[in-house]
Amino acid sequence: MRMLPRFLSGLLCLCLLCGLPLAAQAQDDPGQALLDPLATASYAEKGEAIEAIIESGDARSRRWLEALLGGKLQRHKDTGRFVVVVENRGRNWPVVDALSFEDAGEMSRRELDRIGINNALRGQLQGALAVLDLHADEVRERREAARALLGDVDAGLVEPIRAVIDGEEDAEVRRLLEQALAIHRLEEGEAAAVDALSGSLNAQVRSALNAASRSEDPELAAAATSALADIEQKMTLNRGLETLYFGLSLGSVLVLAAIGLAITFGVMGGINMAHGELIMLGAYTTWAMQQLLPGQPGLALLLSIPAGFLVAALAGVVIERGVIQFLKGRPLETLLATFGVSLILQQLVRTVISPQNRSVVTPEWMSGSLMLNEGLSLTLNRLYVLGFALVVFAALMLVMRRTRLGLEVRAVTQNRGMARAMGIRATRVDILTFALGAGVAGLAGVALSQLTNVGPNLGQNYIIDSFMVVVFGGVGNLWGTLVAGLSLGVINQVLEPWAGAVLAKIVVLVFIILFIQKRPRGLFPQKGRAAEG
Amino acid sequence: MWLTRPFRERATRLFLGILLAALALVTLLNLAVPAGHPLHVSTYTVTLLGKYLSYALLAVAVDLVWGYLGILSLGHGAFFALGGYAMGMYLMRQIGDRGTYGDPVLPDFMVFLDWDSLPWYWLGFDMAWFAFLMVLLAPGLLALVFGFLAFRSRVTGVYLSIITQAMTFALMLAFFRNEMGFGGNNGLTDFRELLGFDLRSDATRLGLFLATGIALALGYVLCRAIVASKLGRVSVACRDAEARTRFLGYRVERFQLFVFVVSAMLAGLAGALYVPQVGIINPSEFSPIFSIEVVLWVALGGRATLYGAVIGALLVNYAKTVFTGVMPDAWLFALGGMFVLVTVFLPKGIAGLLRLRPWRRAGTSQPTAGEAAT
Repeated sequence: MRMLPRFLSGLLCLCLLCGLPLAAQAQDDPGQALLDPLATASYAEKGEAIEAIIESGDARSRRWLEALLGGKLQRHKDTGRFVVVVENRGRNWPVVDALSFEDAGEMSRRELDRIGINNALRGQLQGALAVLDLHADEVRERREAARALLGDVDAGLVEPIRAVIDGEEDAEVRRLLEQALAIHRLEEGEAAAVDALSGSLNAQVRSALNAASRSEDPELAAAATSALADIEQKMTLNRGLETLYFGLSLGSVLVLAAIGLAITFGVMGGINMAHGELIMLGAYTTWAMQQLLPGQPGLALLLSIPAGFLVAALAGVVIERGVIQFLKGRPLETLLATFGVSLILQQLVRTVISPQNRSVVTPEWMSGSLMLNEGLSLTLNRLYVLGFALVVFAALMLVMRRTRLGLEVRAVTQNRGMARAMGIRATRVDILTFALGAGVAGLAGVALSQLTNVGPNLGQNYIIDSFMVVVFGGVGNLWGTLVAGLSLGVINQVLEPWAGAVLAKIVVLVFIILFIQKRPRGLFPQKGRAAEG
Repeated sequence: MWLTRPFRERATRLFLGILLAALALVTLLNLAVPAGHPLHVSTYTVTLLGKYLSYALLAVAVDLVWGYLGILSLGHGAFFALGGYAMGMYLMRQIGDRGTYGDPVLPDFMVFLDWDSLPWYWLGFDMAWFAFLMVLLAPGLLALVFGFLAFRSRVTGVYLSIITQAMTFALMLAFFRNEMGFGGNNGLTDFRELLGFDLRSDATRLGLFLATGIALALGYVLCRAIVASKLGRVSVACRDAEARTRFLGYRVERFQLFVFVVSAMLAGLAGALYVPQVGIINPSEFSPIFSIEVVLWVALGGRATLYGAVIGALLVNYAKTVFTGVMPDAWLFALGGMFVLVTVFLPKGIAGLLRLRPWRRAGTSQPTAGEAAT
C-alpha cells in the first residue's frame, strides 16, 4: 500500500497544476486513476500499474496496453492528460484522448511525455495482451483467444494462464488452455504432456508433437509418435468427410442444373441444349440485381431467387413458342435448334454485357465457414447451395406429385394423344412445363453465381455434366436425377485427389458410357409404355 | 457390281461432274492465269478451298450416319481429329532434327517437357504407310469399340447423341493434357514436308487440294454405293423403324456398327487431309461445338442426300470465313440463327429446295417421316 500516498500526492499535484475542472473530470473516470500511476520513472511501479489495469477488466485495457507497447501512449506535460498518438511524424502529432478515444486535435511533440518501457515490461505487456482476451465477456472471444495461445506459450505466461484456468467457467476454454500449457510442457521435454494432447487436430499441436517425435528422449519420441498416428487416423476420417462434403456440394449443383433439364426432357422428348444458357441468365440476373441494389448483396441475392426464376422462365417460354413448338416429334432437330438458341444467347451476353466474367458479391451471412472440429470446416456458401438444391428438389417433387399441373405433366409425358383425349390442353402443359424447367435452370444460375464466376461460358461448363446426370439417372425421373447428380458429384471428388481434375472427369464420362451398357435407360428407367416413347 | 452402281444415278454423275470441273478450273486459274490478273486464284485461296473440301468429306461422313442410319453423331469431330493427329504425328516425325532443339527423334514439345524417349504409341509413325494406315485405323477402332458398346445395348436417339458428345468432350480433355504426349494445348505444328514434298511450296499445296477433291469424290462414291446397296436399304429401314427391322430378323446393331465405322474412317481421312493444309492440329478440333457445327452443315445442305452435305459444308465455311473477317462478333449470331432457321423452316435443307431427291426414285421413304413414327 505504499502506492497510495504517492498516488494521492500525484493527484494533488495534478489538481494544483491543471486546475479543478480537469481534476473533476478525471476523478469521474476510473480510467484516469488507472493510467496516472504509469507516469512514474520507476519501471517496477509501472509494472504494478499494468497489473492493476489488467485486473480492472476495463474495456479499454487492450487499447491502452497496445498503445503503451507501441510507445503511443503519452502524457501531456502540462495538463497531465493522457493521449494516444495516432501518427508520430513531423512536428505536430494528431492525437486522441486516452480515456474517451475521441479526437483531441494535434499536439506538439515537445508538449508530450512518452511513457517509456523496458524489455521486462515489454514481455509483461505481450503476455498480458495475450491473456487479456481470456477475460472477455463473450465465450466465443475467450475461445478464440485461447486457441490463439496454442503453441505460443512461454515460461512467463504459464502462471497467468493457470490463474485464468482456475477462474474459467467454460469447459472448452479450459480444455484449449490446458492444451496450450501441454504444448509448452512438451517443448520442455515432458513426456506426460503427450496424454493431454492426443486426439487433438490442431495444427499447432501436430507440429509440436512432430517436433517431439524427433526428440532424443526415446520415451517422449515414442509417446509422441503414437499420438501422431492417432491424430493421423482422425485426420483421414476428416478428409474423407470433407471430400464427401465437396462431392455433395458439386452434386447439388449438378442436381440443380440437371433437374430442369429432366423435366423438360420428359415433355418435349428432346434435349434443350439452351438449358446451360438459361442457367447463365439466372446467374446474370443475380449480378444485375446486385448492380441495382448496391451495398445490399444479401437482399439482392434473396430477390434474385424469384427474379432469376422469372427471367429464365420467360426466356424458356420464348424459346418454346418461338422454336420448339414447331419441332414436335423431331427430337434430333429440337436438339440442333436449341443449340442454335444457346449460341445466340451466349453471343448476346457477350455483346450486350461483356465477354469478361462478372463477379457476384457473396453476402456476409453466406461467407465464412462452419467449423465442425479443428480439422474440418464446411464453407457456408456451399452449405447454403446444398440446402437450396434440396429445397428446390422438394418443391418440384410437390409440384409434380401433388398439383394439377404435375398430374397433367405426367399424363402428357406418358401419352400425349391419350392425355389430349382426356381433355388436357397439351399445348398449355408444354408451355408451363417448359417455363418450370427453365425457371429451375434460372435458380441453378442464382446458386452457381455464389460458387463460380459469372460469365458467358458459365452454362456451357455445366451442360455436358447435366446431360450426364440425366442420362445416368434416367429420363423423367426426379429421384433418379437427385441420386445421379449427388453420386456423380461425389465420384468426381473422390477420384480427383489421385487422378487430377481432368482425368477424374474423363473417368466419370467413360464410366457413364459403360454404365449405359448395363442400364441403357438410366438408374431409374421408366417402365411400361412410357419406356417405348 | 455394287461399287459402280452409283455411276448410273443422275445425281451422282452430276455431282462428280461439277466437282471434277471445279477442281480442274481452280487448277487452271491457279497455274495458267498470271498472278495479279482478276481471275487468278492464289495459292492461299487454293489451300482455303482444300480445307473446305476436307470439311465437305467430313460432312459426307456425318450424313452417312445421320441421313441413312438415323444416328445423330455429335462426336464426329473426334474421328476427324484422330485422323488429323495420326497425320500430324507422321509430319512431326518428318521434321527430324530440323526442329528448334535439333533432336533427331523427339519432337520439340517432348524435348521441352524433358522426355527422354518416344512413347510407344509414337513408334512407327516415321513410316508413311503405317501413319496412313493409322489415319483410318485409329478412328475406325474407336468407332468400333464405341459403336459396339452403344449399339449392343440399343442406345439410340437423343441418348446416343449425348453420349457421342461426351466421348468427344472426354477426348478433348485428355488431349489437352501434356502427359498424353500429343503436344497438349499447342497440339502438333511446324510441319515441313509430306512424303518428301515441301508443305510450303505452291505445288504441294495445289497437290493437296487436288488430293482432297479426289478423296471427296471417292468418299462420295463409296457412300453412295453403300447407300444404294442392299445393306444401305437395311440401314434406312433401321433409321425409319428400328424395332420392325429387328423383328424382320436383321441384326440391326451390326448394320449400325458397319456404317458407323466406315463413316468414322472417312472422317479420319478428312482430318488427315485437313492437317497438312492448315499446318496445325490441336485439341480444339475435339471440341463438342465443332462436331455439332458439322451437323449444321449437313442439316443446311439437306440430310440423306450426301451432295447436300457437301453444299452445306462449303456454304457455311465460306460464310464463316467472310463473317469472321468482316464482323467476328456477328458470326455466332449467324451460326445460331442458321441452326434455328434451318431446322424450323428448311427441314430438308438446300437439297430439298433443289428438288433433286434420289430417294424418291430408289423407293425409300422420306428421311423425316420415319423419325416421327419412332
